[in-house]
Amino acid sequence: MDEHQSRLSRREILQGATALGVAATLGPGPAWAQKKTVKLAFIGPLTGGTASNGLGGRNSFLLAVKERNADPKSKYRYETEVLDDECKPTVAVQAALKATSDPAVVAGITHYCSVTAIATVDTYHKAGMPAMVWGAVLPEITYSHQYVEISRVNGTMINQNNVAADFAVKTLGFKTFALLHDTTDYGRAHAKWFSEFLGKAGGKILSTQGTAKDQKDYTAELTRAKADRPEVIWYGGLTPDGVRVKVQMDKLGVRAQFQGTSGIKSDTFNETAGPSAEGTLCFVEGAPTEKLPGGRRFLDAYAKAAFKEPSEAYGPFAYVAANLVIDAIEAVGPDRAKVAARLKRTKNANTIIGPVEFDDHGQNTVPLISKYVSQDGKWVLWEDSEYAAGKRTLPGLKFKKM
Amino acid sequence: MPPLELLLQQALNGVMLGVMYALIAVGFTLFFGVLDVIHFAHGDVFMLGAFAGLSALLGLAAVGLTGGLLALPLAFAVSMLATGLVGVAAERVCVKPLARSSPLMTLLATLSLGLVLREAVLIFYPRGADPKPFPRLLPQGGFEVGGVVVRWENLVILGIGFAAMVAVDLVINRTRMGAAIRAVAQDPEAAQMMGVNLDRTVDATFFLGSALAAVAGILSGLYYSEIHFIMGITGGVIGFSAAALGGFGNVYGAIVGGLLFGLLQTMAAALIPRGSEFRDVVAFAVVMLFLVVRPRGILGEKSVERV
Repeated sequence: MDEHQSRLSRREILQGATALGVAATLGPGPAWAQKKTVKLAFIGPLTGGTASNGLGGRNSFLLAVKERNADPKSKYRYETEVLDDECKPTVAVQAALKATSDPAVVAGITHYCSVTAIATVDTYHKAGMPAMVWGAVLPEITYSHQYVEISRVNGTMINQNNVAADFAVKTLGFKTFALLHDTTDYGRAHAKWFSEFLGKAGGKILSTQGTAKDQKDYTAELTRAKADRPEVIWYGGLTPDGVRVKVQMDKLGVRAQFQGTSGIKSDTFNETAGPSAEGTLCFVEGAPTEKLPGGRRFLDAYAKAAFKEPSEAYGPFAYVAANLVIDAIEAVGPDRAKVAARLKRTKNANTIIGPVEFDDHGQNTVPLISKYVSQDGKWVLWEDSEYAAGKRTLPGLKFKKM
Repeated sequence: MPPLELLLQQALNGVMLGVMYALIAVGFTLFFGVLDVIHFAHGDVFMLGAFAGLSALLGLAAVGLTGGLLALPLAFAVSMLATGLVGVAAERVCVKPLARSSPLMTLLATLSLGLVLREAVLIFYPRGADPKPFPRLLPQGGFEVGGVVVRWENLVILGIGFAAMVAVDLVINRTRMGAAIRAVAQDPEAAQMMGVNLDRTVDATFFLGSALAAVAGILSGLYYSEIHFIMGITGGVIGFSAAALGGFGNVYGAIVGGLLFGLLQTMAAALIPRGSEFRDVVAFAVVMLFLVVRPRGILGEKSVERV
């Protein structure tokens, strides 16, 4: 019996090998192998305090490329070059130079941090390489020049701050604000736009303080802000600093609502701030991934790919950016100038985040801004939260009644 | 001018910050006092101390030991031992072999070691890039005196910090090893002629200084409830500046320098318009100007070597 099985398996092996050989000669393999290889660069913060967002973006980018390579209809085979910008302008410029100096790289899906995206705009322009920003929100990244190479699939901080100011004043009824922001372009611009919209909404700014990025101690600034008894402490900055501001607010007994920007919308914020995170507000462009037109399909594919890290808030944007770039290459061929021109004219593209349409500056006009509240260690869409349902009360509203 | 209670609150904030700076600065000053070296990896040893403390606490929690009264002293012991040994290793790898080279070589070697320690935590600690929550083991809550919020946590941290400083003072002034450290700091050759074992004394100095950095690291974790792998960069630079401000080679000077630096930073942010943007500029500028006028520092004993 055993001998028979053994003979059979040998025969099977031979048959299998023959079949493989035939398949290798006649099957789709050669066609696949003949496809010209095109390289795409991804640049984002893979290390440092904002790494969770960067890794989510990278994974989403890799997923888009993997799906396209598996599509027999695609004309090219896509390779990837993944580079870390550490959320630092100098490192980002080095990464951008590395990507642009490789002639095989046709286009880039670039940057989560505004400080890196704005620092590299000229590098991509000089090299003539199309770069589609997937996460940075500083308006100047697309609006400070007329470069054909630069486009952005996510929204800017202008809409975000408009909604944030209106929501805090008109919906929640807060009137007085103390502003803290990091002194990078990102933090300063957020403070500028939030102040402007807050004034229009009828809110009053009691103090504005700039702080260094990666500052450890905020007790002096918070004590100073606390003296004015603001109803809201607003922070314009990224996750690691946002965690410190919120935790130290609690330790100093600052009785105010904490409100952040899209920069603190990460799982790391909730994990690190722990119980202090509860009731924190933040605002992000676009809808939550699961509510996007193709969000469920994206999340299923992402889960199936079994990445170690979550896609985070801006993963879908990186996924869409990769797909738009690949669509352009499929349409006009792997030529940097042609791809850049094509991308800049993107109109009514059907994507998982809904239709994408670029204005004259290559800026996607995303009208929707989502409001989030931290509830039980997770970011929950405001409309779906127990705070909106009236089952819980925001810390700031509780303090107002005291 | 802000009201008095606000000034007092800011002073308390500054002292809290200053205690941690002082503990780092004492390490810098001990190394300089004994070997005339600037150990630039010391800031990252401070960071390593915080991570060693966190790992110990997580390990103890895994075996069911979560109470602060027992877990915290054990975490301090594990972290101080670990960083103490790293400090001794640092001396043997980066300082001793370069004893006859230019002091710049030691600077370069210790700077590189700091980078290695930092990157090692980033790469090998699970999700090392993210800030890490530090367990809140000290009693939360507090009381208010004359408008100043004092947390129980602050009092414990100040208590531990000052106890560590007193312990260093006792070790240096009341023990044989302390006498040896003082003797080597004064004149290494004469000390050796009097029977002091130079290698052992240097090891003890690096162990002591690095263990103090571990205390500062854990206190920082307890105070801010969060640690991050980059915390040693600023911690190191400020600790070094505080040691220079107090007078290199003088332990008490380092303590005074650390406290003063914390107060300077806090008061700059509190009292100067837009001061929060310039708190470091103001603090470092004051140190710079002070050292121009008095290069030996506040309580300086040994002359400052320019680095």
